[in-house]
Amino acid sequence: MLLVVEEIRKSFPQPDGGRLEILDIPYFALDAGEQVVLVGKSGSGKTTFLHVISGISRPDSGSVRLDGWDITLLSEADCDRFRAKRIGYVFQTFNLLPGFTALENVMLSMYFADGRADRNRARQLLERVGLGHRLGHKPTMLSVGEQQRVALARALANRPQLILADEPTANVDVGNQQIIIDLLRETCREEGAALLLVTHSPEVARQFSRIERLEELNMVGKREVSEKV
Amino acid sequence: MNLWKIAWRSMEQRALASWLTAISVSFGVALIVTVLVVHQVVDRSFRRGAQGYDLIIGAKGSALQLVLDTVFYLGQPVDLIPWSYYREFTEGRFVPAVRVAIPICTGHDYKGFRCVATIPDMFERLTYLDNREFTFWKGRNFYLENYFEAVAGYIAARKLKLDIGQEIRPTGYGEGGKSQHEDEPFTIVGILAPTGTPIDRAIFLNLEGFFRCEAHQLGPSYEEQLLRESEFRVVEHTDTSAHPTPCVQENDSVNGAAEPPSAASDHTAEAVPIVAEKEEKRRLSAILVVSDIENNPQLAMALPRVVNEEPFAQAVAPARVIAELFDGVVGNVQKVLLILAVLVVVVAGIGITVSIYNSMSERRHEIAVMRALGASRGTVMAIIIVESILLSLGGGALGVIVGHTLVGILSPTIAEHTGVIVSALDFQLTELILIPGLVALATAVGYLPALTAYRTDVAKALIAAP
Repeated sequence: MLLVVEEIRKSFPQPDGGRLEILDIPYFALDAGEQVVLVGKSGSGKTTFLHVISGISRPDSGSVRLDGWDITLLSEADCDRFRAKRIGYVFQTFNLLPGFTALENVMLSMYFADGRADRNRARQLLERVGLGHRLGHKPTMLSVGEQQRVALARALANRPQLILADEPTANVDVGNQQIIIDLLRETCREEGAALLLVTHSPEVARQFSRIERLEELNMVGKREVSEKV
Repeated sequence: MNLWKIAWRSMEQRALASWLTAISVSFGVALIVTVLVVHQVVDRSFRRGAQGYDLIIGAKGSALQLVLDTVFYLGQPVDLIPWSYYREFTEGRFVPAVRVAIPICTGHDYKGFRCVATIPDMFERLTYLDNREFTFWKGRNFYLENYFEAVAGYIAARKLKLDIGQEIRPTGYGEGGKSQHEDEPFTIVGILAPTGTPIDRAIFLNLEGFFRCEAHQLGPSYEEQLLRESEFRVVEHTDTSAHPTPCVQENDSVNGAAEPPSAASDHTAEAVPIVAEKEEKRRLSAILVVSDIENNPQLAMALPRVVNEEPFAQAVAPARVIAELFDGVVGNVQKVLLILAVLVVVVAGIGITVSIYNSMSERRHEIAVMRALGASRGTVMAIIIVESILLSLGGGALGVIVGHTLVGILSPTIAEHTGVIVSALDFQLTELILIPGLVALATAVGYLPALTAYRTDVAKALIAAP
């Protein structure tokens, strides 16, 4: 297994001094190169789950092993390096850095991983996502579809083993949604990266052979349902 | 891609704020540069103002006043010394210790520029700055025998639009106050090339012609009386009245001396040799002395002491007095100005803190994205500090340019008022201190916003709307 998540719990402090439990996932695993879609209601903790997997957030307990490395045991600096090299992140709002060109946004990701940037690979990736003619354009000069394609190229820049895509089509117009999904799946296959894609869209979810529902994975949701019952 | 480029892009992103911040730094740095350059050049030029001679012999009194009057042509002469005392340096007991002795009379001016009566040797046997010889931009030196000839310093000539052949009538301070000489006018025969010293701002008259002005036909001074009592050679005087003008000479006709040549008709002294009796009634404001250190070091070293033992004279080493003046007065003024300039830079530095810190709220999301992409806390902190350094150094570079441009713009005014020629390209080694200084300041002022970046909660900032 490429990714194994075991017994993770994540809660956040509340103003009244208590803690709001968001995640209690006993087990989740993903094979190398596998493409999985994760669906769930708004506020169910999908983004938090991705943050925990990527090491952006630390779980209260449990382990997240990627390629055998338990990232919950890594120091913060090591975790940053690990994430930069092995995990690509595609955000719902693209999160391109506005002061940098498309090419620089991709190269930036490489710089944070290795301290140097391969301009040729960045260019090739942008050409692969159909933006070979937009290398010098800043995000504000690109359409939303193009911005998400830059974000995709950026996520793939360091040849990651895992791509985490957090509702990548939520802010993209309908015409571009399928293009983005196709591109995402194709490039992940080409690069040999596993894909964990979070979406609201049933149309998008239907295209994946493995669909996971967070409510079923997450014991917090199950407990809430049983309490209501 | 590197930290500098990332920081530069962040600055570009907030171009207006970045420019304004850099400009505020540049003002402080420009002020520092201006203070440094002007002070260094003025200091150097003032210290060099008295180069070319090592002693000033003048009347007893304030050494500083003597130097200001003799070297910088500022203020009034301390008092007067008899011409006969000058003779001690040229043919009397001080000769072995002296290589060159130049008599001068100050206290007159022409349209605001000081007139100095002297002898042609002033420009032939003395040097200025680093042993440079005087040269003439136009014309020639005045001749000893042409009594009513004069040469002008470069700036004086330029400001007064003096040219060769032009006649001038110096104004002196007599008993009735300021008055213009109605005698024979002095004719400009030469204009000195720029020297970068106060000489540029003066007009030099033939001493012999100066003594022959009617206004100077006055009696001997108190010092001369003293001299008479001492063992020096003196002559008798009938008039011991006040000595309102710096350089005086008794009326030749009254003393029965030979008539001076009529300058109006003939400016040469062929007909009338200068007789000792007449000379002894003359008085000077100072004598510039080049000691003969090489041949008679002991005598030369003892000369100031011997002169200072005289009841009416003093010997002043101008370099020492100027150094004291600078270290004691001008140096302190410079320190105050520098402190103010540094404070301006520090305030500008705080401006950097405010500018970057204010931008942090909008950049928190950007920083979180960088962190999500793998940038460590240290990296984002370094980016902010590098940005602060870029703003400081950019502002500093701008300030250096503005400062030197300011110096260039102020140069004519400085030259007009002080005789010191300042160039926009007068870079000072001390300016190099600005580089580590600004980097240190930037690091200090960038630390607070950098710490904010360091502490950014990535998960929270990513979820927040950009």
